[in-house]
Amino acid sequence: MRATRDTWLIYQRSLTLSLRNPVWVIMGILQPVLYLLLFGPLLTNIAQMPGFPPGGAFNVFVPGILVMTALFGAAFVGFGLCDEMREGVVERMLVTPTSRVAMLMGRSLRDVTLLLAQALILVGLAIPFGLEINLGGMAVAFAMLALIGLMMSPVSYVLALVLKSEDSLAPVVNGLTLPLLLLSGVMLPMSLAPDWLQTVAKFNPLYHAVAAIRALFNANYGDGEIVVGLVVLVVLAVATIALGARTFSRAAA
Amino acid sequence: MNTAIETTNLTRDFGKFRAVNELNLRVESGRFYGFLGPNGAGKTTTLRILATLLPPTSGTACVAGFDVAREPQQVRTRIGYVAQSGGSYRESTGREELAIQGRLFGMSKADSQVRAAEILTALELVDAADRTCGTYSGGMRRRLNIGIGMVHRPALLFLDEPTTGLDPQARARLWEEIRKLRDTGTTVFLTTHYLEEADALCDRLAIIDHGRIVAEGSPDELKREIAGDVLTIGVNGECEKVVELLAKQPFVREAGLEDGLVRLYVDRGEEAVPAVLRLLDAQGLAPLTMDLHRPSLDDVFLKKTGRSLRESAA
Repeated sequence: MRATRDTWLIYQRSLTLSLRNPVWVIMGILQPVLYLLLFGPLLTNIAQMPGFPPGGAFNVFVPGILVMTALFGAAFVGFGLCDEMREGVVERMLVTPTSRVAMLMGRSLRDVTLLLAQALILVGLAIPFGLEINLGGMAVAFAMLALIGLMMSPVSYVLALVLKSEDSLAPVVNGLTLPLLLLSGVMLPMSLAPDWLQTVAKFNPLYHAVAAIRALFNANYGDGEIVVGLVVLVVLAVATIALGARTFSRAAA
Repeated sequence: MNTAIETTNLTRDFGKFRAVNELNLRVESGRFYGFLGPNGAGKTTTLRILATLLPPTSGTACVAGFDVAREPQQVRTRIGYVAQSGGSYRESTGREELAIQGRLFGMSKADSQVRAAEILTALELVDAADRTCGTYSGGMRRRLNIGIGMVHRPALLFLDEPTTGLDPQARARLWEEIRKLRDTGTTVFLTTHYLEEADALCDRLAIIDHGRIVAEGSPDELKREIAGDVLTIGVNGECEKVVELLAKQPFVREAGLEDGLVRLYVDRGEEAVPAVLRLLDAQGLAPLTMDLHRPSLDDVFLKKTGRSLRESAA
């Protein structure tokens, strides 16, 4: 099928280019690594406070850092597309019979690959700090991280195709990611927040993702948040991919 | 297929601005067809419609036998398109760009590699093939971009301002490369705001201004529309007076002011020059400069639009 073949072609090309100039990949992991090294240890004491969810400090903190990595890793991918647009690469490919879905999915899957690699490195780094590993839960957690990537990267590409320049893209992406981050309980669990803030957070898909991934890291497989998180992410990822594919097919206009 | 491109009342609006205005165009196969006009005349918009990048607001366009709005995929497999912004990515190598383009047109991996090598050889880019495009000179990069557009051997190639920004040497080299396409029977449709380029490459031209075709024909036909010679005279002030004076003379077909120069269309230049000198002398005026030349496409453009192309392009 054309779309599958083209997705594979665009994926290979995008991944090759990302690895050739891995500055974004390295920048993308530097920030979470710093959080892990310089902020994580603070939580070891706070974890004793009432209201802090069960599980060791790093089993609560690392899921948040992973979601943050996935969010940022995917939210800024539009910058790369702006660059390609300026050099005429996108237009050139639009005048080929290449599947429009593939133009999106090839890139988004590249983004997912990179953010999963980053997540794997972070997990490895967190083990010496006392992160307890359970493989089954982690596998599902990584699937959820992939879904966050598939949900966010099309949004970034749509914004890039519409706004067409990094200068207009930057404030929009920042304005979008900051509230998503603050209302997700990435830094500190939302269970420490006042009621109204907890209520607002429930409208944030990432809040559910963080809660689900924490449950998975702590092997609380009965936690209802896991199903809620999965459903929310799948639905939103399907919606943003559909929007992204549609935007690519009309990008020309 | 005898007609490569045919448009009927092709129109494109951007909000209230009409970029392309009821354009009727017919390009026969095998032609080198030039779209000449100043920036903002609607050249690129027309090209983008023909290349399936932009839907028309109204009217139709048929390219390579298929309607661009209804059967864009059919059109895309048959055309090559080289945008003004280029198309090659600076972090990719020339070979990679050619190969992926072939793959996107359905070639096997092996075929795409063979085709890439073929084009690299033809364009004399073999030595640079495995360097990233960012390291290429401007001329090399343009050559590669045209190569990318030719990977799938399209019968029709669109070139949007192929040599804008190149130095004269690189431009001449690229022209040479474009002329070679004639041997392959490729139809070339190019836009340019360089008169020299239109003159050098195209066997048919449309002059476009404000989204409309104001003149169409071969470069020679268009130039022949302006009979006689063009005489431009630089005077120190009092230009209006000079125009008024000369316009009355029987040997002057037309007189006007352009770029601060008095411009005369005359039947016989060699007779007009002394006559003009005598007339100016009688008024106590001395010309600063005088230039007599055969009509160029710039004169055609000026005559059709009332503006100089060079001035409009600036």
